[in-house]
Amino acid sequence: MAIAEKTAVGVTVFDLQFAFVQRQRRSHVARTSYLCWSLLTFLLAFSTQSAEMPLNMTQGVTEISQQVYDLHMKIFYICCAIGIAVFGVMFWSIIHHRKSKGVEPAQFHESTKVELLWTAFPVVILIIMAIPATQTLIAMEDTSEADVSILITGSQWKWHYKYMDHKVEYFSLLATPRQQIDNKLSKGENYLLEVDRPLVIPTGKKVRFLVTSDDVIHSWWVPAFAVKKDANPGFINEAWTRVDHPGIYRGQCAELCGKDHGFMPVVVVAKEPADFEQWIAQESATQAAAKEAELKLLAMNMSKDELMALGEKTYMGYCAACHQPNGMGIPGVFPALKGSKMALEDLPAHIDIVLNGKTGTSMQAFDKQLTLSEIAAVVTYERNAWDNNTGDLVQAADIAKAQSK
Amino acid sequence: MSTVTTDPHAHAEHEHHGPAKGLKRWLYTTNHKDIGTLYLLFSLLMFFIGGAMAMVIRAELFQPGLQIVEPNFFNQMTTVHGLIMVFGAVMPAFTGLANWLIPMMIGAPDMALPRMNNWSFWILPFAFSILLASLFMEGGGPSFGWTFYAPLSTTYSNDSTALFVFSVHIMGISSIMGAINVIVTIMNLRAPGMTYMKMPLFVWTWFITAYLLIAVMPVLAGVVTMVLTDKYFGTSFFDAAGGGDPVLFQHIFWFFGHPEVYIMILPAFGIISSIVPTFSRKPLFGYASMVYATSSIALLSFLVWAHHMFTTGMPVAAELFFMYCTMLIAVPTGVKVFNWVATMWRGAMTFEVPMMFSLAFIVLFTIGGFSGLMLAITPADFQYHDTYFVVAHFHYVLVTGAIFSIMAAAYYWLPKWTGHMYDETLGQWHFWCSLISVNVLFFPMHFVGLAGMPRRIPDYALQFADFNALISIGGFAFGLSQLLFVWLVVKCIKGGEKATDQVWEGAEGLEWTIASPAPYHSFTTPPEIK
Repeated sequence: MAIAEKTAVGVTVFDLQFAFVQRQRRSHVARTSYLCWSLLTFLLAFSTQSAEMPLNMTQGVTEISQQVYDLHMKIFYICCAIGIAVFGVMFWSIIHHRKSKGVEPAQFHESTKVELLWTAFPVVILIIMAIPATQTLIAMEDTSEADVSILITGSQWKWHYKYMDHKVEYFSLLATPRQQIDNKLSKGENYLLEVDRPLVIPTGKKVRFLVTSDDVIHSWWVPAFAVKKDANPGFINEAWTRVDHPGIYRGQCAELCGKDHGFMPVVVVAKEPADFEQWIAQESATQAAAKEAELKLLAMNMSKDELMALGEKTYMGYCAACHQPNGMGIPGVFPALKGSKMALEDLPAHIDIVLNGKTGTSMQAFDKQLTLSEIAAVVTYERNAWDNNTGDLVQAADIAKAQSK
Repeated sequence: MSTVTTDPHAHAEHEHHGPAKGLKRWLYTTNHKDIGTLYLLFSLLMFFIGGAMAMVIRAELFQPGLQIVEPNFFNQMTTVHGLIMVFGAVMPAFTGLANWLIPMMIGAPDMALPRMNNWSFWILPFAFSILLASLFMEGGGPSFGWTFYAPLSTTYSNDSTALFVFSVHIMGISSIMGAINVIVTIMNLRAPGMTYMKMPLFVWTWFITAYLLIAVMPVLAGVVTMVLTDKYFGTSFFDAAGGGDPVLFQHIFWFFGHPEVYIMILPAFGIISSIVPTFSRKPLFGYASMVYATSSIALLSFLVWAHHMFTTGMPVAAELFFMYCTMLIAVPTGVKVFNWVATMWRGAMTFEVPMMFSLAFIVLFTIGGFSGLMLAITPADFQYHDTYFVVAHFHYVLVTGAIFSIMAAAYYWLPKWTGHMYDETLGQWHFWCSLISVNVLFFPMHFVGLAGMPRRIPDYALQFADFNALISIGGFAFGLSQLLFVWLVVKCIKGGEKATDQVWEGAEGLEWTIASPAPYHSFTTPPEIK
């Protein structure tokens, strides 16, 4: 009983081992019964602890996701029924029709009637399954008459959201600190499922997602909406949702997209329409102001410390996944920046590759991803960090000049 | 028919009729039994290499956070694990069984094209050396998944891709040669009276599998070549910027890939259809419907490829078509399962290791079939796609399906191959350890997938931690259990209780009419089939 109570608060494997070692000193009988107990509690430990993890598909928060869940359960129950029937007959046979019971084997080996029956019967069951599946599918694919349209662009390894009816767009990056992934800090509640800027959508409105990619194929997935759509480079896919309840909904990229595929989550915040309107108005104003400030920056020069500080922050967010925090890259995959010819000598080429990327490689164009000052800062950082020490300072105006070329 | 054994004195004057000595025997052999053995041993080796990679994957996933390997290496492990297991373990194991058994089952002296047979085996070690060597390149080996979706495998891959493409080409050539050999052998070398509808089901299922191979391996060769030219020669098959389409890659790949799935399961159906009647001491129920069901599964396999790509954004009409066709596959597959159960019904069963693996196959493969049916339902597939639910599904059909059937076959025919009975106790230990651990390994994956864990990720959210630890424990236990099998096989080759020609009380078929171990040359004069 004591063990059972301990399970309720969440016993770990190590606790069990510890308890086991302690108990080993007792009699042999007690040890055997303890073994059984520990096995049971081991299994129980999983079932009680996993209260955090649902054992089934989510019912989600939309009419469609509920329909998908119902469909899933319907097929699951049908499969269970067939399984019980077929395995039931089989195990009946195994128990009763064994040689050790002295039975003589029958010699029948066909029956057209039975064979026709068990061909036709499954067809009927399949038709019963197909009807609701078809209805749900047709409803899911109807993206017409949307209230809000959002362009979702995947790239290695982040999402970009652009509101088609407003001047609002931004990138959404993994917010889990690197130290948590490397087990240097304890992991937070939403480990790997948290982003710096979530997508915001209004409740009760039909939201259409236009999904595409800048590089490889990604897949935008939010289980609570039952929306999973591949982001194909060069093509645009459509999906939609109508969320009834405000809340935070989390998902992940579902298509293998390279090294950090496991590190590009999706977070969606659903707000009441009034709150959403307020948010989007404020966001438009902020982004417009930022653009103006950017223009003003062109006339100003940032100090080396400012450039290096901003540059390091930008580098860690956008560049370090490939070129690595120490600038060494991954040999054969991503080139090193430390001591590279481009970072030490050819400044115009350096600015150009950051702005426009390099076709035929993983190097993205950061022109639209970063502000002028961020690009200036990151180039400065790359030319002065890790013993590169060129002393070059690049200002936002230099970037603007390169852009207009 | 039992009078057709070879007389040891008849060929004494032809010295080249016995096996050559030493390494040369294996290098130059054109004997179907030698080549069968080579294939089987090669596949066992690959099973352990691919398995070691699975252990790396499970060790990394034992706890959340990155502990053992970097994400880039993790992706190489998932990729090469898949390639090795599909092309190196399962397919060569079936080809090895075909080589050993088809001539003996149809009363032929050997395969029809023995020299090509030697080639189709001996190019395989080169293919896999190239693939494995690529892991040691700068930047590592292929890391784009065994499905190598473009443009991840073209623009965004490193130069190991060239080696990957070359090795897949060699594997494909080997498979095609093997398939041609099977077809030519079955068509031309059947003993007098062995009509098509008298052939054992293992021969039938391999006959159909060989056609599938010939139909789709060239498609695979085509698609890897397109990847190669897109990456190195400036073509744009899969690049929208040059007028191509990345989704085209997936259509071509899965047009190969889905029949490939059946290439890895149809011979298994043949094995189970041989073993279940033997240990039920009762003829197979519905032989003809088994043949028709296998053929319809093979035909349907060409019409369902896009069910792997429901989320790529297809027209509704296409989604409906592929959903309906996929659901239809449940009908012939169901017929097979029903037939096996009906074969057992009112039989007189015993439960030696081959039968235990076959019974486990029927239950666990059917569970894999059920999850397959669930995956066919397009709206639900949007939730399952690319999660651990899919990983659970295809490991149920490939591990507890294909691999379990290969294990069953090995136990069933080992006495015929070696002349010794295997150690039954050790075999039962191997079976029960495998059965329990494989379910601890793969069953919880269903729940993890439904709860939303994507596949091919090196690190995961905290809610998945407990289940992943359990899955990893199952994985290590399953891996270790297979060492019992190696021990058993070695023991059986070295010695053991002498096997009779008949070996199993209820076994039927020509291979049981010849001596155990099977003589180096069998059926040099064809037997008469009544």
